[in-house]
Amino acid sequence: MVDAPLLSVTDLALGVKRSSSTNVIVDGVSFDVNKGDRFGIVGESGSGKSMTLRAVAGLLPAGVKVLSGSMLYNGKELVGMARRERRMLMGPEIAMIFQEPMTALNPVMRVGEQIAEGPRRHLGLSRKAAMDLAIAMMARTGIPDPARRALAYPHQLSGGLRQRIMIAMAISCRPKLILCDEPTTALDVTVQHQVLRLLEELCDDFDASLVFVTHDLAVVNQTCQSLAVMYAGRLVETGPVKQVFGDPRHPYTKGLLDSAPDFDQPDRPLVPIPGVPPNLAHRPQGCSFAPRCPFVEEVCLQTPPPLFEVEPGRSSACFLSDEIFKKVIA
Amino acid sequence: MSTPTAILAGFQAKRRSARSRSLKPWYQNGSLVAGMIIVGLLVLMAVLAPVIAPYDPIKQDLTATLQSPNALHWLGTDKFGRDVLSRLIWGAQVNLRIGFLAVLIPFVFGSIMGGLAGYFGGWFDAIVMRVVDVFFAFPFYVMVIALVFILGSGEASIYLAIAAVSWVSYAKIVRGEVLVAKKQDYVIAARLSGMSHARVLGRHIGPNVLSQAIIYGMSDIVMDIMAVVTLGYLGLGIAPPTAEWGSMILDGQEFITTLWQQATIPGLIVVVTSLGVSWLGDGLSDMLSPERRK
Amino acid sequence: MHRLSFIPGRLLQSIPVVFGVTLLVFFMAHLLPGDPALAILGDKATAARIDALRTQMGLDKPLIVQYGLFLGQLVRGQLGTSLTYQVPVSELVLEAAPVTLSLVFFALVLSLLIGIPLSGIAATKPNGFADLAVRGYTLIGQGMPQFWVGIMLILFLSLKLRLFPVGGYGQTAFDHFYFLFVPALTLAIALSPTMIRSLRSSTINVLGSEYVATARSKGSGGTELFRKHVLRNAVIPTVSILGVNLGYLVGGSIVIEKVFALPGLGSLMLNAIFSRDFPTIQGVTLFVALFVVVVGILTDVIYTLLDPRVNFGSKERE
Repeated sequence: MVDAPLLSVTDLALGVKRSSSTNVIVDGVSFDVNKGDRFGIVGESGSGKSMTLRAVAGLLPAGVKVLSGSMLYNGKELVGMARRERRMLMGPEIAMIFQEPMTALNPVMRVGEQIAEGPRRHLGLSRKAAMDLAIAMMARTGIPDPARRALAYPHQLSGGLRQRIMIAMAISCRPKLILCDEPTTALDVTVQHQVLRLLEELCDDFDASLVFVTHDLAVVNQTCQSLAVMYAGRLVETGPVKQVFGDPRHPYTKGLLDSAPDFDQPDRPLVPIPGVPPNLAHRPQGCSFAPRCPFVEEVCLQTPPPLFEVEPGRSSACFLSDEIFKKVIA
Repeated sequence: MSTPTAILAGFQAKRRSARSRSLKPWYQNGSLVAGMIIVGLLVLMAVLAPVIAPYDPIKQDLTATLQSPNALHWLGTDKFGRDVLSRLIWGAQVNLRIGFLAVLIPFVFGSIMGGLAGYFGGWFDAIVMRVVDVFFAFPFYVMVIALVFILGSGEASIYLAIAAVSWVSYAKIVRGEVLVAKKQDYVIAARLSGMSHARVLGRHIGPNVLSQAIIYGMSDIVMDIMAVVTLGYLGLGIAPPTAEWGSMILDGQEFITTLWQQATIPGLIVVVTSLGVSWLGDGLSDMLSPERRK
Repeated sequence: MHRLSFIPGRLLQSIPVVFGVTLLVFFMAHLLPGDPALAILGDKATAARIDALRTQMGLDKPLIVQYGLFLGQLVRGQLGTSLTYQVPVSELVLEAAPVTLSLVFFALVLSLLIGIPLSGIAATKPNGFADLAVRGYTLIGQGMPQFWVGIMLILFLSLKLRLFPVGGYGQTAFDHFYFLFVPALTLAIALSPTMIRSLRSSTINVLGSEYVATARSKGSGGTELFRKHVLRNAVIPTVSILGVNLGYLVGGSIVIEKVFALPGLGSLMLNAIFSRDFPTIQGVTLFVALFVVVVGILTDVIYTLLDPRVNFGSKERE
């Protein structure tokens, strides 16, 4: 018996409403995250991946609204949910880890207090109990000498420590769904690795699901089991990570892989994707990737391709997916 | 190619683009237009005072003192029988004139001092900044009042007193701007191509930097109008019987229970004047540097 | 190294400024050509009075010596003798100072009570109706002469509604509080536009920051979010502006004291001007300037206490 997915996003569209027109930033995104999944969303800057995540977290910036679609968390509709109810979810059910811990932590509050804030509110703990919990969480995330560090201010800690604080803050109420917005991008490579390992461990321990937004393919490869690739606000490919990376079914995904360094093949030349992503206010009429696609044909310029299932559990938004990729025998 | 000529051409282009920074034409700039209309009307009122004022503002008529507004005297008469409306209209001459003129000396002197201090730095800068700090320790009115005392009453003293106190703000602003401008590429290019300090300051740094001083100057005008009016209220400003809004409020306060208009209306005119000048300043600020507007 | 250890250095830094202040005040008398004593007292004064002032000011001695004497007296807390009342100026100042200081402090508190909620409402929905109303208020507020606002408040609160006295200071401590309310309100209204503009703009910045998003992601919201995360960060830039404006406030109190007939430093100064009591003018000016310098240092201290990132001393990093 298959449980209902923890998070089910269907046809989500986000945009900025102006008096004359609507600027659509995210268009028709759908994905499911099951219990225990580690789901990655990959794309360039401007692809809409962060915006999608923020929509799930209810933290869209001013002006950006949910235009249509639904987001079900444990069966409850997040779109249009009352603020009060939302706030009760954030912390014990859904938590978010941000990219830049220096700006994501309150500069005038001690880090221990910041971690303790969630448990105090959601778990009803006393000040002392919450602080003890915070210190325990800090220890759990590998921060040495946590009792002393808890009294520090964010600017007194290194980048790696700050990110661990953010993680400790996120897990403090034992959420079921952890949303990560490029949590390792601002870190050194060695620290990145440690933080990723930590995230994986925590997800296992707490039986939590992970949605991981990044532009770094290597990170997704290491941490996630399934992923979705986004381009210009739309999904272009979904499926299990190993399969998608080993055998991509969309020209954009292939382009991403070709342009990324691969330590297993250090001499392989890097082939960048020519051109730039489209201005979201003036999308091309057909497939958004068509102007840059080496395989483009007439049909691509007519209508935006929907997500086709190319194999069980995998889909691609390309009319020519089968022709292009199934021809290539590994 | 980075020959000096190429760099020079680059910065000339930058200077041109720096000039045309406003995003929309002046007549679409709401604040600017509103400000111009209000200030324009007030200046018109001041200039045409001899023509439009119904009575002589200083002529006393002791048979008609303390009247409430009536058909003959739309705003009534004060304790000397002078027509309040005429005094209001004539008052614009004094208040506007001093308010606008009083910024000139501090603007020029302060900008020069600040510009030189920021540009040349070193001991000159250190001294100027110390002096500025000292002046900043004195609240505006305390200084102005003390100086008016020393210099005697009268219009000239007011100009001097205000100048002595307000130049420091200009110095600080211009110095700050120059410090930033000094480091810009176009200035370095100009110096590299052999331009003298004077030329660089005058032709290149000056125009870009002064816009901030001008914007501050507009709010300074409001402050100066306020200062004239306040000095008038304190009895330290323009000597009676000249019509002046501040002293009118002082006179009016005595009879506020019965003739409240005489204390209220001059104040309202000051508010309107300040609004007009502020809008003008905001509009100007938009034109000169829209990205800096708060 | 303790973060407040910058204070002695800062005090040392202020010494040149203090020197400059004393120099300026000292030279006020010598700005005009001719005999300062005559200039101060005017040509209607009696010869005896002029002579008394000359001796008091030591005008027969060289300028440097005069300044030295002046400084020497200053260090001992002596500000000369009032020509009008024939008592030490320091006495007059000490008597009048509490009135002015209570007024200013009261005004500061009131302006915070007015300013924080208004700027908060305005910042939460920029360009919304409330924001435009608040910005309109700041625009008009900056254009109203302070004393006129005071007179209008007297008109409404004291005369029409009869809620408050028209002026004066009262006898008991409670009286003082009651009598100071409308004057303090007047000053607060004068101060609030600048404060609201600054607070509104920094609150908008803070509301858009990542750490507020983080707080929201933990479920924080409403007044709790505002109090714990927004306000603590938003007031920081405003503190320095308030510090600067405190000097303005003291200056503004001169006028307010006249409107409300309060026996503070402002009235002392004004009366001294009309009776040409130069030592008192000098004494009050000096006191006020030194007060502003002290407030400047205090502002730095408060700033340091509020913002843990600020460190005038050493850098700390793990």
